[in-house]
Amino acid sequence: MSVKIGEISYKERIDKGIDNDFMRQAVSSAQGRFRKGRLSQAEELGNWEDWRQLGSEIRTHTLENIDYYLHQLSEQVEKRGGNVFFAQTAEEANEYIENVVKKKQAKKVVKTKSMVTEEIGLNEALEKSGAEVVESDLGEWILQLDEDPPSHIVTPALHKNRQQIRETFADKRGYDKTDSPEELAAFAREQLRQDFLTADVGITGCNFAIAESGAITLVTNEGNAEMVTSLPDTQITVMGMERLVPTWEDMEVLVSLLTRAAVGQKLTSYITAYTGARLEEEIDGPDDYHLVIVDNGRSKILGTEFQSALHCIRCAACINVCPVYRHVGGHAYNSIYPGPIGAVLTPLLDGYDDHKELPYASSLCAACTEACPVKIPLHEQLIRHREIIVEKEKKSPVSEKIMMKGFAQWASNPAAYKLSTKVARTALKPWTKDEFVENGPGPLKGWTDVRDFPAPGKQSFRAWWSERAKGEKQNGNS
Amino acid sequence: MKVSLFITCVSDIVFADVGKHTVEILERVGCEVDFPAAQTCCGQPAYNSGYLQEAKKSMKQMIKAFKNSEYVVGPSGSCVGMLKEYPHIFKGDPDWEQPAIDLANKSYEITQFLVDVLGVTDLGSTFKGRVTYHPSCHMTRVLGVKDAPQKLLQSVKGIDFVELPVKEDCCGFGGTFSIKNPEISREMVKEKSQHVSETKAEYLVGGDMGCLMNIGGRMRREGKDVKVVHITEILNTHREGGIA
Repeated sequence: MSVKIGEISYKERIDKGIDNDFMRQAVSSAQGRFRKGRLSQAEELGNWEDWRQLGSEIRTHTLENIDYYLHQLSEQVEKRGGNVFFAQTAEEANEYIENVVKKKQAKKVVKTKSMVTEEIGLNEALEKSGAEVVESDLGEWILQLDEDPPSHIVTPALHKNRQQIRETFADKRGYDKTDSPEELAAFAREQLRQDFLTADVGITGCNFAIAESGAITLVTNEGNAEMVTSLPDTQITVMGMERLVPTWEDMEVLVSLLTRAAVGQKLTSYITAYTGARLEEEIDGPDDYHLVIVDNGRSKILGTEFQSALHCIRCAACINVCPVYRHVGGHAYNSIYPGPIGAVLTPLLDGYDDHKELPYASSLCAACTEACPVKIPLHEQLIRHREIIVEKEKKSPVSEKIMMKGFAQWASNPAAYKLSTKVARTALKPWTKDEFVENGPGPLKGWTDVRDFPAPGKQSFRAWWSERAKGEKQNGNS
Repeated sequence: MKVSLFITCVSDIVFADVGKHTVEILERVGCEVDFPAAQTCCGQPAYNSGYLQEAKKSMKQMIKAFKNSEYVVGPSGSCVGMLKEYPHIFKGDPDWEQPAIDLANKSYEITQFLVDVLGVTDLGSTFKGRVTYHPSCHMTRVLGVKDAPQKLLQSVKGIDFVELPVKEDCCGFGGTFSIKNPEISREMVKEKSQHVSETKAEYLVGGDMGCLMNIGGRMRREGKDVKVVHITEILNTHREGGIA
């Protein structure tokens, strides 16, 4: 797997999402819950805008000095007995991790909390080299059993209901109990416990790496990260190169924003921090520790107008307020990063060829920008993508180009514009019935397929205005 | 006070009445109103679709048209919001940056102008009817006008005002989005139409004709009998029996 999660066309993905009533209802009610939680937490905090500003400043500062902080982080990790590897590409990251697993002669790898390993396709790579990989996050585990990609950043199996989960457990693991959440969770726990105890290598992602101390922090609600980071002897952390903060204080600010913005919690059940390998005088920690810092296209974003997209702390607040996401679901974005941030990030990481529709899958309502706790101007970045698609990539439809050229001529020429205000009604007359167009021609078709279009008025405003002005003049003269 | 009207292309061509109500309201509060005829469209359809060069041609025309105006007032949050983006778009352009800043600084959406500049919250209007209000996304989030329309509406005598559920959700218009992604747009506007029905309002009021054209067009397609009107129409009404 890579950033891209499938091969079907944009149109098919949209139709599939819209036709999936169950998914839409699940997403809609989850959005309602998350949004309510976020707003009430923000209100309780009192000065949410100040917190957002601070969060944004921390992210900006970190990215502007990313070389310094990455160097500091790697020095600290090495000082604490860890190995650090900088991977330029997905292949380099996978190769390094495969070698660690091979050297260990590991048969089983347990993983938790990592989107970046989905992005680089680590599971496939490890399985090819002979190791069994077990996702231990409940949602991820369900998806792994069902061979289904994630559809949400925080709740990856949001599109599935408990009946579907029960069926998956029954088909793949011989589960024979009910679809009650308690019984399903107990079964998953019992199954996963064996994996935790028998795994040779633990792999996790990273919410925030702390440069000053070399600690890696994970924010979770299930506690599986504690199993992954404390049981296997060999530990590997895989992080996107931007997922770091300078200090513990900065981390505290960002975690406060993250948990509130994501699910409306003040704190999550667990915030885990772990540092390097076990040193001689210490009693716990892994024998062998590796930090893999993945670039995979990120450094290309630095210094561009899209730099603030790297502010993202994967809270999914933008996804939770997006009406487009609500109606089409996460899989429609064809990326492990769905929703507004996905529409911004995916073309940056994976190019426009397979993702040129994504920046247009937004009404630019700016709900995402408003919700983002680290102030990424998401809807503006979608417009920037569109500019690149039109002007640099030249991937916009010919008919649209002609229309926009026409628009520019029309709107920069007052005489032509005035003429159009006079003739618009006549031009649409063949399609007009009872002052509405119900089956419009050309570009109007997309509109009238789903709603009626009002016919231009009998008199344009400017015609009315000039008549009125004449009338006043005559009145004045008489 | 001298005010130049910015009538927006949709209002000029399709909804001339919105412009008329805007004129009458401004005159009622004592403004001297003019209409610079060289104005065209704010450029939003091209800008939001990624056609920056094409959009700039339209924007330069607008800057020229309003060069000598003291205030520019328009009946659309979205289009006025676009004018406010001009300084950012022309940043670094030696010929156009300053004129763009000048235009942005003197431009207002009509309810914003009434409340924030003139300090008027009660126009002495009377309107009988059950009314709900859709706050359009660009008016609230891009232009930042949240309270002014509601303040004005709530001061209308006789009005039966009811809140629209999840009012902050986009109606699915989004300019060319409604044509480029009609299926997604349809689902969004269906939901909005459903929320309007839940209020049992007779009138849906808004500050952007694009959104109202979208919601109204959908409700008509669904056979619903809700009148969709621009806020100026309510504010400019003195009849007891509502709008005919």
